[in-house]
Amino acid sequence: MTARSGFATRGAQLASPARSIARGAGLALVFIVALLIVWEGAKAIGGDPWRFKDANGNETVYRPPLTWPIASDLSLPHVWKIAEALAAPVQRQQAQSLAQYLVGAAIYTGREAALGFLVGAVLGLALAAGFVHSKLAERAFMPYIVASQTIPILALAPLIAFAFGNGLVGIVIVASYLTFFPVTVAQLRGLTSPDPRALELMRSCAASRWTIFWKLRMPASLPYLFAALKVAATASIVGAIVGEGNPGGSQFGLGRAILNFNEQYITGPEKLWAAILAAALLGVAFFLAVRLLELYALRSRPNAAIG
Amino acid sequence: MSEQQRPEVVSVRGVGKTFESAGGRTIALEDIDLAIAPGEFVSLIGPSGCGKSTLLRLIGDLTAPTAGSVTINGKPARQARLDRDYGIVFQAPVLFDWRTVQANVALPLEVKGLARSDREQRVKATLDLVELGDFARHYPYQLSGGMQQRVSIARALALEPSILLMDEPFGALDEMTRERMNSEVQRIWQQTGTTVVFVTHSIPEAVFLSSRVVVMSPRPGRIVRVIDIDLPRPRTDDTRESARYFELITEVREALRGRRTDGRPPSGSVASMERTLAEGAVG
Repeated sequence: MTARSGFATRGAQLASPARSIARGAGLALVFIVALLIVWEGAKAIGGDPWRFKDANGNETVYRPPLTWPIASDLSLPHVWKIAEALAAPVQRQQAQSLAQYLVGAAIYTGREAALGFLVGAVLGLALAAGFVHSKLAERAFMPYIVASQTIPILALAPLIAFAFGNGLVGIVIVASYLTFFPVTVAQLRGLTSPDPRALELMRSCAASRWTIFWKLRMPASLPYLFAALKVAATASIVGAIVGEGNPGGSQFGLGRAILNFNEQYITGPEKLWAAILAAALLGVAFFLAVRLLELYALRSRPNAAIG
Repeated sequence: MSEQQRPEVVSVRGVGKTFESAGGRTIALEDIDLAIAPGEFVSLIGPSGCGKSTLLRLIGDLTAPTAGSVTINGKPARQARLDRDYGIVFQAPVLFDWRTVQANVALPLEVKGLARSDREQRVKATLDLVELGDFARHYPYQLSGGMQQRVSIARALALEPSILLMDEPFGALDEMTRERMNSEVQRIWQQTGTTVVFVTHSIPEAVFLSSRVVVMSPRPGRIVRVIDIDLPRPRTDDTRESARYFELITEVREALRGRRTDGRPPSGSVASMERTLAEGAVG
């Protein structure tokens, strides 16, 4: 039996996951190159003068024609300065390089964010599942859930830290606080997305609510769920970083690194930029992980490769 | 246990349906009596707003009557639904796009809790019945509209229901496909012996398929006439060109217009029906 014979005939519109990933990587590369050109281009036009060795080995000074504060070495360090800083020791007399330090910090933060993401996603799924079965519960709680998101996380994080401590638990709660909301909203929309006739069809064969939930509502909600999980994945990292940055907060992680390098900005702006880069890469990694999961979960549906 | 032979699969007695809304009350159906014998193919036809789909939904217990009673196989409609006596086909195929064709057909069997081996057997038999055996592992989006609708018919038949409800199942298909599907449905109906209640806008479709055509009028929804279709079976493309076929089409059309071929005055408001016809509600 040819399991997927149809894909050969009419499945042309369904791009394979591998191709989709390859195309995504290609686009990312193009974007990064473009970003570097804009970055160094700005510095070449309006940055601070810099020295370089010309073809004969003589040291020469390049003087950009304009002076833009935004392109100064303090605002926007050279790309190669950031690269040098990554390779250099994180602090004097330390064997560990900045890159090693940031990888360790990213793993630490990533663990917190992943836990927060999971807790938030499960909470969001549970809330949506409850609301889809009880209009009353939705009306009763939804306003508070929306209101909860209008409180700045910066104001709330210290309160959470005070109540649950500066350790893992408090940080995971901050991260999940940012992640459960998009999941709740999108999942509720997804669970109510089936055609009313599909629900009647289930009714006509005497399906229970439980069966309708698992055989119709859940599968129908998956595209909505994954859209929300992608938002939540990056939000969970923001949450973890903010949680770590609490006064007297975590001694490790990207949040701590960002705060420390913030204080040292005047002497080494490239360190903060490196930390920001690490946070961004962690976000991309989270996003891609969810995207891969999505490609797998929606592999049999048309348009799964889009988005 | 010897099961008593029921003379009727569907028995609708004195049924009315009124919708309450902000704009007031709408009487969708009034005083409907209808009995359908086992193995009959009954079409409900009428202009928009005549309540034919509502009547179908009442029979299928997808909505409850505000007056009267609906009995299926001697049981209340609700019990019949819980006993899975129905199969249902809508105007749109309403297939689950994350399931293959065979998994879609297996859905009612899963809901019923059938063992995998039984399911596979039933799915295969049902897909063969609608002649889609070769497409079992395709996904719905890979099929044409007509094929998707055949999958939804197979899904409706998977549980071997004693009554098949079809709500304008071919309304979205082009005329050529529609005629082919009509022949297909006739064959399936003859092979399975199931009772069919079929809602349609199309007079030729109703006449070609039915043992009886129930003509309805709107505001309030009523049964105007029930016309026996005595065309011999199996009906073929030749049937579509026979004199009797055209006579019956004319008879249904006249009944829809509120004229009686036997000279008696029509029930219901002629003026309102003429207005509906002028709006082009009947194909």
